[in-house]
Amino acid sequence: MALSDTSAVTRRNRRRASSAAMGLLRFAVTTLTTVFGLLVVTFFIGRVIPIDPVLAIVGDRAPAHVVERTRIELGLNLPLYQQFFIYVEQALSGNFGTSVLTTNPVFEDIKRVFPATIELATIGTLIGAILGIPLGVLAAVKRGSIADQVVRVIGLIGYSVPIFWLGLLSLVLFYAKLRWVAYPGRIDVVYEYTFTSTTGFFLFDAAWQGQWDVFRDVFRHVILPASLLGYFSLAYISRMTRSFMLNELSQEYIVAARAKGLSETRIIWFHALRNAAVPLVTVIALSYAGLLEGSVLTETIFSWPGLGLYITNSLQNADMNAVLGGTLVIGAVFVGINIFSDLLYRTLDPRTRSR
Amino acid sequence: MIHAFKGRIRLLTTGVALAVMMAAAPQALAATPKDTLVLAWAIDDIITLDPGEAFEISAGEIMGNAYDNLVNLDINDTSKVTPGVAASWTVSDDALTYTFKIKPDLKFASGNPITAADVAYTFERAVKLDKSPAFILTQFGLTKDNVTEKAKATDDSTFVLTVDKAYAPSFVLNCLTANVASIVDKALLEEHVADGDFGNGWLKTNYAGSGPFKMMQWRANEILVLERNDNYYGEKAKVKRAIYRHMKESSGQRLALEAGDIDVARNLEPGDLDAIAKNKEIITDAAPKGTVYYFSLNQKNANLAKPEVREALKYLVDYDAIGATLIKGIGEIHQTFLPKGMLGSLDENPYRLDVAKAKELLAKAGLADGFDVTMDVRNTQPVTGIAESVQQTFAQAGVKLSIIPGDGKQTLTKYRARNHDIYIGQWGTDYWDPHSNADTFAANPNNADDAAAKPLSWRNAWDIPELTKETAAALLERDAAKRGAMYEDLQKKVLETGPFVIVFQQTEVAAVRAEVKGYKLGPSFDTNLLSPVSKE
Repeated sequence: MALSDTSAVTRRNRRRASSAAMGLLRFAVTTLTTVFGLLVVTFFIGRVIPIDPVLAIVGDRAPAHVVERTRIELGLNLPLYQQFFIYVEQALSGNFGTSVLTTNPVFEDIKRVFPATIELATIGTLIGAILGIPLGVLAAVKRGSIADQVVRVIGLIGYSVPIFWLGLLSLVLFYAKLRWVAYPGRIDVVYEYTFTSTTGFFLFDAAWQGQWDVFRDVFRHVILPASLLGYFSLAYISRMTRSFMLNELSQEYIVAARAKGLSETRIIWFHALRNAAVPLVTVIALSYAGLLEGSVLTETIFSWPGLGLYITNSLQNADMNAVLGGTLVIGAVFVGINIFSDLLYRTLDPRTRSR
Repeated sequence: MIHAFKGRIRLLTTGVALAVMMAAAPQALAATPKDTLVLAWAIDDIITLDPGEAFEISAGEIMGNAYDNLVNLDINDTSKVTPGVAASWTVSDDALTYTFKIKPDLKFASGNPITAADVAYTFERAVKLDKSPAFILTQFGLTKDNVTEKAKATDDSTFVLTVDKAYAPSFVLNCLTANVASIVDKALLEEHVADGDFGNGWLKTNYAGSGPFKMMQWRANEILVLERNDNYYGEKAKVKRAIYRHMKESSGQRLALEAGDIDVARNLEPGDLDAIAKNKEIITDAAPKGTVYYFSLNQKNANLAKPEVREALKYLVDYDAIGATLIKGIGEIHQTFLPKGMLGSLDENPYRLDVAKAKELLAKAGLADGFDVTMDVRNTQPVTGIAESVQQTFAQAGVKLSIIPGDGKQTLTKYRARNHDIYIGQWGTDYWDPHSNADTFAANPNNADDAAAKPLSWRNAWDIPELTKETAAALLERDAAKRGAMYEDLQKKVLETGPFVIVFQQTEVAAVRAEVKGYKLGPSFDTNLLSPVSKE
């Protein structure tokens, strides 16, 4: 009896180990294919777009011999397949080259612009989730009521209003008229000399250095664009929460819980929401990843030197090194966030754990 | 139970409202520090701050404020130059040798003395680096092999430049006002040389000059900081710092200007300019710039190659309407290729919208029923608006114009390969001399596909051996008045027969807060000088 027990345990352990290895392998294969696909696609887009990359570097006025020399320096005179090998080789060795537009190594540029986007996206997602989930729950619980209608209208506006319009309008209102928030940019010029950011996360650095006036200023700069992004993710999150909650609230275990005499609060927040939270995690993670990609329009309106603006600008100028670097970083972020939400999924939903 | 839930929600909303209110405590009107001038400007075109390499508009303004040249453009009379680093100069009788005397006891911002050796190094460096603007100097016959001989310091205070032909002295001196001839700090640059690059890699983002300001910091697409250079020999800058903030959006600039968070807004569009016109706290300053907007007709297209068609299309533009709406405040109608204010500029605008005349000309060309044609248009204002206006007026004479929208670099790539029918764009002078534009609008040494020089006339396949000769002759005319007359003649010929429909000359407008004194836009992109500016 005891013997068979242990053998069953080892067998189960072995099965678990092998399934973990399989999972790891599957993960590695998926990641590698994704990254390779990214490399191929960015390379060919870069070569297919009808823009001469040399033009971006030397400008329209350069004499013919300068143009020709630059073309050779860039290796653009080589056959396409050779260019591709060089490109892959460089990318694999972590060398994204130098950005034409900023003259910095692309890696340095991304290190500079990405924190700005992360800061914005994180605050935006926090706002979206903290407000969106309760609103969604409220709408589901009071289905068909005025509150539900209001939440739905809020969501609808968030979905359909163009962000640049809302951005400009909110600038006029909150900045120009009410002066509640600061103007476009990340920080006032006054602090350009007294504040140096070490990590690129201005809020974090200001708090870490104890410069609370800087913190306040940075917060006044970040809050409006973050709220806008937050509003858009709120629209999405509240709608999804509502439908997940409606689904849960119609389940039999809710009826059972009610029959047992549990308080409605407990049923909604601990039973129904707990179960609705599982798919909700994916929704929030995806919306966060979407914001991390950088929202070009928001970044333009608010002069926010983030990743979206950087990549768009680079793409328009055929600065392919920068585009490649940026795309790979975004790809990596997507893969990373997916893994993270998978892990969270497992913690929240015991059924997915054994497999 | 429901009641309890309601209570929670109420608590939550109250909390959120409270947090929002706390974050948003109203502030007093923001103001920039008195010793700092803050300018909002789209500076995303800067790719380098090395004067030997930079050729972009924003970079030009920075160079103009942070570097000094042998001679500078006289902003009060743009047909002349004034002394810069050079105290005086003489031109030999054969017009081949220029001798400059350097002012004594000058210092770079770094503290190093400015000597004739720095000037010679500047020339050697620009020619040997051979970046985009180098041709402004190499067109005098300077090459990598002869530059150390032809541009030479004979002693600490004497610099001698020898050119290969008896050019008009006004031409040579005008070219020396260009950014590429800005004097750089030899000793400083030699500390930063890597692989014999003359410090180019370092100077892209750093500074080695002697102008009224020093360039302290540049973060691409974000900020550029200038600080007063106390070693400058001339009148010191009145403000301690000038900060350029990258802001692309016109409406954002306007809001920040009205709120006092910036002192100068540089990219306001006509709508926003109208809106601030009533504001007493804001004044505007405008100056015509050396950029003309035009559309051009590719002569490889059989229809467009007919002289009558070229002329007819010049009559099919509603110049008055464009001037009154699309470019109001940011440009004025101008039909000749030399910008106003330049030596020899001809201010004649003979063409008006005249559909009957255009129809007559088209009939003469055998195209009484019109024809189909495309136009490559980059998707920015005011060119899109102008293209749409032109599309409408062309249609009145039966010419069906299809607009192909594209991004700037994309349409330009197509244009440079001569694959367009009609291209709409702008041309800014490379340096402040009539030859810069004449050389591109009125000269085409070789119309073959593999030509070495590819001026605008080449891009439109306009084969003009006669005009090319006349342009070359104007370059050697030493009498400035006669030289001016030759350019007037060239402009007339291009206006009548050329494939260029020049529509307007750009006016640069800056909106400035009233407490800022002395802000004045200069005649060229690199003479928007900040040193006379102060704040009350």
